[in-house]
Amino acid sequence: MRTRALAYRIIRQFLRDKRTLALLFLAPLLVLTLMNFVFGGASPAPSIGLVTVPGTSQETVSQQLRQAGATIRGYGDSKSGETALEHGDIDALLDLGGAAPRIALEGTDPAVSKASLGLLQQALSPGAAASGSMDGKLQVDYLHGSASLSSFDAFGPVLVGLFGFFFVFLLAGVSFLRERTTGTLERLLAAPIRRWEVVAGYLGGFGLFTLLQAALIAWYSTSVLGLYMEGSFWLLMLVNLLLALTALTLGTLLSTYAGNEFQIIQFIPLVIVPQVFFSGLFNLDAMNEWLRHIRLVMPLYYGADALKGVMLRGEGLASIWPDLAVLFGFSLLFALLNVLALKKQRSI
Amino acid sequence: MDHPTLPAADLRQITRRLGNREVLRNLSLQIPRGRLTGLLGPSGSGKTTLVKLLAGIDKADEGEVTVLGRSMPALPVLQRIGYMAQSDALYADLTAKDNLVFFGKLYGLRGSRLQERIAAVMALVALDDHLHKSVAAYSGGMKRRLSLAISLLHEPELLLLDEPTVGIDPVLRQSIWRELLQLRDGGTTILMTTHVMDEAEKCDSIAFIRSGELTAAGSPRELMERSGASSIEQAFIAMGEGVTA
Repeated sequence: MRTRALAYRIIRQFLRDKRTLALLFLAPLLVLTLMNFVFGGASPAPSIGLVTVPGTSQETVSQQLRQAGATIRGYGDSKSGETALEHGDIDALLDLGGAAPRIALEGTDPAVSKASLGLLQQALSPGAAASGSMDGKLQVDYLHGSASLSSFDAFGPVLVGLFGFFFVFLLAGVSFLRERTTGTLERLLAAPIRRWEVVAGYLGGFGLFTLLQAALIAWYSTSVLGLYMEGSFWLLMLVNLLLALTALTLGTLLSTYAGNEFQIIQFIPLVIVPQVFFSGLFNLDAMNEWLRHIRLVMPLYYGADALKGVMLRGEGLASIWPDLAVLFGFSLLFALLNVLALKKQRSI
Repeated sequence: MDHPTLPAADLRQITRRLGNREVLRNLSLQIPRGRLTGLLGPSGSGKTTLVKLLAGIDKADEGEVTVLGRSMPALPVLQRIGYMAQSDALYADLTAKDNLVFFGKLYGLRGSRLQERIAAVMALVALDDHLHKSVAAYSGGMKRRLSLAISLLHEPELLLLDEPTVGIDPVLRQSIWRELLQLRDGGTTILMTTHVMDEAEKCDSIAFIRSGELTAAGSPRELMERSGASSIEQAFIAMGEGVTA
C-alpha cells in the first residue's frame, strides 16, 4: 500500500517536472547523435608534404600516396616543407632531396602519425612495409613529441582541461543553487548589495579555490602523471585558471535555470558531454566541415587547444593568446548574463 | 521626498500576479511611522508577498510602493530597512557569529561598531551564549531568533518581520515583544505578519488581508467596535469576509 503510494507520488513528480522527463528521453538521443558524428565518419586522411628533386622517382611515390588517400603538397626545398609542418599545414613531410629519404612527422596526434608513417613506408617500398624491412633505412624525425608519445600524452592536455572545467562547473552550479533554494540569496538581496557585487563576490570566493585547483591540476598532471610537457608551467596554470573561471561563471549562470541539485546534474549531458566530443579528444578532421564549426562556441575547445599548444608544442603566450582571450571573453559574457539573470530575484 | 509626517510605507493600488494568479489585488495600505503594525491573514492570503514588495525584493505588476519617501524598489532605501524572512535564511554550515558578521558587513558595519552591534542584538534575543555555535546545531526557535537579531543589526528605521515569533516559546516570545515595543518607542516603524490573535491585540494598528485583498484596517479597538466583536479573533472572522471593509 505504502509502496504503491510512493510509486504514485514519484510518477506524479516526474510528470510535473517536464525537463527531467525531456532529459530522460531526449538527452540519450542527443548524445548518441553526437557519437555518430564523431565516430561514424571516415578515418582521417593525412596530408603529406613532398620535397622533391627533379628527375627522380617522385612521381610514383606521389601517385601511390594519393591512391592510398593522402593529400599531397609539393615543396621546392626542405626549408619551406619544414615551415609548413610547423604551421600544421601538413601532418608529415617526406624529404627526397637528400641521400636517403627522410621523414618528419608533426607528431602531436599519435593516430595521425601512425597513419602517415604507414602510408609513407608503403609508398617508398611497396610490400616492404608489412615485413618492416624499411625501418632500418628510413630516418624518421618528430617535430613534436616522439615515437613513444602515447595516446594518453596526446589526450592528456584535453583531459586536464576537461576535469578542471567539469568539477568547477558542478560545484559552482550547486552552491549558487543552494543559495537560492535556502532563501539566503533572497535575504542577501534584501540588503543594499548590487547584483554585480553578488556575482563578483562569488567570482572572488570561488576564484581562490579555482586558482588552487588550477595549480594542483597543473602540478599533478606534469609531475605526478608525467604527462608530456614542453612549455611553461606558469602558462599551463594560467590556461587552467581561465578555463576554470569560464566553468565557474557558466555554472552559476545555468544554476539560475535549475530548481534543484538534480537539475544541475541534468546539465552535464547537455553542456559538458558535447564539449568533450568537440574539445580535441577525438580527431574531427573527418567530420563534416559545417558540423565542426560547432566547437567554436565551446569554451573547452579553446582551453584544450591552448593546453595542447603549451604541453605538446611548447608554445608561448605569443601563439596561445587568442585562445586565452576567447576564454576571458566567455567568462565576462557569462558573468554579465549572471548579473542580468539575478533580475529574476530582484529587479534592481 | 521623505518627511517625518509621511507614512513610512505607502502602497497604492498594488496588484501582483504570479503566473495567472493574482496574489495581491488592487491593494492600498499605509504603514504609519513610529508604530507597530500587524498584518493579519490566513496562510496564502498574500502577506509574505506584501512584505517582499516593501523589502524591495519583489516588484508590483501594477500600482506604486513608496517606502521611506522613495518609490520601490530603490537600492538606497534597503539600507534603512531590516528584513526578517519567513524562512530562516541562514548559512547552516557557519557559526552564528559568521552569519552576523557577513550580514553586518553587507550593511556597511565593521570594526568595533560591528562587534558592539553583534553583542547587543544577540543579548536582545538571548543567544549570547551561543554566538560561536554552528547554526546547524541551532533549534528552530534559536534560528528564528538569530534571523531577528540579523534584521536588527544595522538599526533600521523600518523593520519588516515575516512571522517573527513562530516556533518561539511563550516566555521568550514575551521578552521579544517587550523589545519590539521598546524599539517602537525609540522611533522604529515595525510591520509584522502574524496569525496569532493575542499578538495582534498588542499592535498599534492592524490590517486584515484575505485572498490578496485588504478587508479592514485600523487600531484593534476600532476594528472591534466596527465589527461589534469582543475580540480581534471575532473581528477578524466577521471582517474577513470583507463585509465592513
